[in-house]
Amino acid sequence: MTTLAWDVETLRAEFPILTTTSRGKPLVYLDSGATTQKPRAVIDAVTRFYESGNANIHRGVYELSEQATLAWDAARHRVAQFLGGVPDEEIVFVRGTTSAVNLVAQSFIRPTLRVGDRVLVTTMEHHANIVPWQMVGATTVPVPITPNGELDLAAAEQLLATRPRLLAVVHVSNALGTINPIAELCRMARAHGVPVLVDGAQAVSHFPVDVRALGCDFYCFSSHKLFGPTGIGVLWARAEQLQRMPPAEGGGDMIDRVTFEKTTYAPSPQKFEAGTPHIAGAIGLAAAIEWLESQDREAIHAHELALLEAGTALLREVPGLTLVGTAADKVGILTFTMDGIHPHDIASLLDGEGVCIRAGHHCTQPLHAHLGLEATARASLAPYNTLADLEVLTAALHSARRIFG
Amino acid sequence: MATLSELYQGVIIEHDRSPRNFRTLAAASHRAEGRNPLCGDEVSLELQVNEAGQIIDAAFQGRGCAVSKASASLLTTAIKGKTVAEARELFDGFHGLLTGHPVPGAQLGKLEVFAGLAAYPMRVKCATLPWHAMKQALDETK
Repeated sequence: MTTLAWDVETLRAEFPILTTTSRGKPLVYLDSGATTQKPRAVIDAVTRFYESGNANIHRGVYELSEQATLAWDAARHRVAQFLGGVPDEEIVFVRGTTSAVNLVAQSFIRPTLRVGDRVLVTTMEHHANIVPWQMVGATTVPVPITPNGELDLAAAEQLLATRPRLLAVVHVSNALGTINPIAELCRMARAHGVPVLVDGAQAVSHFPVDVRALGCDFYCFSSHKLFGPTGIGVLWARAEQLQRMPPAEGGGDMIDRVTFEKTTYAPSPQKFEAGTPHIAGAIGLAAAIEWLESQDREAIHAHELALLEAGTALLREVPGLTLVGTAADKVGILTFTMDGIHPHDIASLLDGEGVCIRAGHHCTQPLHAHLGLEATARASLAPYNTLADLEVLTAALHSARRIFG
Repeated sequence: MATLSELYQGVIIEHDRSPRNFRTLAAASHRAEGRNPLCGDEVSLELQVNEAGQIIDAAFQGRGCAVSKASASLLTTAIKGKTVAEARELFDGFHGLLTGHPVPGAQLGKLEVFAGLAAYPMRVKCATLPWHAMKQALDETK
């Protein structure tokens, strides 16, 4: 049997949007850290559901509702397998990573919060893994980072020894690209009896994740950064944690029995899924996972690393450009600043060439304050990107340099 | 339609490099700050208005993109010597120009260079930020 070499053009052909234009130029999409594009398989799965499978779940006894319910349950099973083969009951469908973190803040931290309770976060944390803890009254204490954008593990150890309520840490930094050593952090945290929540929003599209092997207690991610639809995401938590947590929202589908005097709740995960959920979203997410798992992930990984290396070299040649985030272990995220050009102006000039990048603080204001920067520009890669994309990016950056002098 | 690159290469880059009235006003009578939390642009605008309601000096400080800086720079030159009422008219004219609702007969002079930005709604707020600060400064102390 011969195996064909992996080919980026074959993969690109599965993404309809990549043949479109932006500002009259061929689309060069380098903002997959914000949201990934969707392959045909996902678009078709969502369309198919609305065209021939749409009904509410857990309601009707008729065939269409039964099929929708089965598809919803199958999506949960697909996600459970995707995270390393955990029980389906440990998968809670939410709106996205942000909702997942908020659910843990409201249901795991808030009911037992005492004055002075601290949640250990990191300097590189996204606002979604800072603000929810502050909103329930906890104090957020950051694990510092090194100049190249890696966590200071010795400091983490010391801070864990002070017994915070929780360690809430990002798996892959959306601003720096750093892959954090989650398994090691979880070992350290467990030694101090500190549970760990991992924000996996930027991780799951880049490499396989086995939540039990990592040793965390909570893992969150969003479908839309994993080639799936927006508006659906996942909270995984150990069953014993979920059982202890009260529901955060009340309504249909999350109950056991309701009377005017007293209501009892359904077991988890249903007790966290009040109301009609994003059924098509879950089906689209399952299709995205199926699509990703049908790919040669090792080849994709090698492709991404090659692009990261080539992109790093190309950007270093742009006069006055400084790369931000140069950890040894990172995903395809190239964050940078340019002397004398504000990141928004960089992004606008690139936009004129059909190149989509993100500019701003990337929802990491404390990180930017730590770096002494107002804003940065970020090109983030996905498997469908090519060396040609990076060459268009670099040419546009050289042109911006000429315009701004 | 002007491309962004063309827009930049004219007045915007020039004012970004050498902004006019980029200073503080010791004798300011009106002051306001504009912030765009989405992108972090910050501008603080100071005006000196005399008893006759004439803006005799205007200055700004802040940090942000070239568009917001150039807009603030041009704003200060445009309103200096104008009455408060005329400055408010300029606000309406400028805001209308960028948001696709031009005010008939508005005399905008140099400010017209921002007309092309109307095609880029995500950047319009950068240009209007200092103008909103001016309006706020005038409103708060009228």
